[in-house]
Amino acid sequence: MLTRRIIPCFDVDNGRVVKGVSFVELRDAGDPVELAAKYDRQGADELVFLDITASSEARTSVYDIIRETADQVFIPLTVGGGVRSAQDVRMMLECGADKVSMNTAAVERPDLIEEGARGFGSQCIVVAVDAKRTGSETWEVFTHGGRTATGRDAVEWAREAVERGAGELLVTSMDSDGHQDGYDIPLLQRITSAVDVPVIASGGAGKPEHLYDALMEGGASAVLAASIFHFGTYDIPSLKAYLAGRGVPMRPVDAPEAPDAASGA
Amino acid sequence: MDLVIVDYGAGNLRSVARAVAHAGVEPRITAVPAEVAAARALILPGVGAAADTMANLRRSGLDGPILDYIASDRPFLGVCMGQQALFDVSEEGGEHPCLGVLPGRIVRFPRGMTVPHMGWNTVEMRVDHPVFEGIPDGSYFYFVHSYHPAPADPSVVLGETEYEGVRFASVVGRDNVVATQFHPEKSGRTGLRLYSNFIRLAKERGSIAPVEAGAR
Repeated sequence: MLTRRIIPCFDVDNGRVVKGVSFVELRDAGDPVELAAKYDRQGADELVFLDITASSEARTSVYDIIRETADQVFIPLTVGGGVRSAQDVRMMLECGADKVSMNTAAVERPDLIEEGARGFGSQCIVVAVDAKRTGSETWEVFTHGGRTATGRDAVEWAREAVERGAGELLVTSMDSDGHQDGYDIPLLQRITSAVDVPVIASGGAGKPEHLYDALMEGGASAVLAASIFHFGTYDIPSLKAYLAGRGVPMRPVDAPEAPDAASGA
Repeated sequence: MDLVIVDYGAGNLRSVARAVAHAGVEPRITAVPAEVAAARALILPGVGAAADTMANLRRSGLDGPILDYIASDRPFLGVCMGQQALFDVSEEGGEHPCLGVLPGRIVRFPRGMTVPHMGWNTVEMRVDHPVFEGIPDGSYFYFVHSYHPAPADPSVVLGETEYEGVRFASVVGRDNVVATQFHPEKSGRTGLRLYSNFIRLAKERGSIAPVEAGAR
């Protein structure tokens, strides 16, 4: 049975993992390659790197991080941040990313989604939707790391992104992000019922039951979290044990690699 | 050992190469037909669309050498699109003839399902296969695909996976050919074990075929 996924997320700024609250107040959370290896050992199902480096000169550092991580970690890597062209997608895939996440550029020029899907396959095109609540059942899409309102409805945009070829959506609630008081469940429900691709829930994880709610009530295929992992509030094995105990299909954490791995089939 | 990874412009060959290197062999990544023909072990990776894959293989003149290689009964591993390319026809984006090594078609998951089938799922082996030595039956592997094989001959089904009520062949092969729908290079230590088994068997006995195939 297909398991639901737990995905630690790295916001990378100038080569370091940082974490903010509602997209500001950044705190240092460590070295990305070391953290990636640690989360892999703990049973992370995938990893997401979002390059939030402001200056474009420093942006190349994320390519080195992806290369270095992909040399050591044999689970899927999604990379995003600053993706503006099909050439950027190619560059990230060549560095070792398995999926590329696009956000601002996709909203500004939706053809980019089609170009990515046609060139590299829908399976590697993730569209990230940063959504801010504007009413009890309405959310607006924001771009530029949450700084720019677009006037676009988040559910409508999610549907369009999938029609254009997105193979997965990464849905972040800006209201919840970093607050650790739960994912935006109604937002997830609206989007997961509007599209037929997997949806990653993001923004608001603080307690194990938040992950359960996003998966089982929100209908998400995967839950992404940053703060609870980086600051050691919960580790992946205990979250997986909790979710599995409540009936959510989870991939068991790999046994550590034994020096003599041979055993009968 | 001359382990060759076929480079026809597919996206993920670096990660396949890294997994092979992790198992202790430096692979040769090549688009040169003569190097494919001379391989002692061959891996056909791939992500993307079937039509592009086949067009690229033909344009690079790699389809013939791959078929000759397989016909010569040397160890072959196909991954994801490299697995789908082995069948007769793919229905992805039309009707695209493939390599025809294994009988059957590549078909889409039914509408209404969440597609791609993306994430970690279990594989139940139908055959005790040496490439899966040391990997417990029912182990988890990483999948990402919208199409899957529908083999015309049940004997080529080596392992199966269930997704939203659909059972499909996730490991196929015969003789010296093994191919997986999942990505072993993205399946953590379990997947690395598959690569190290493939390499060890190719190196030690020049064959990955089951010595005595037995149904479970």
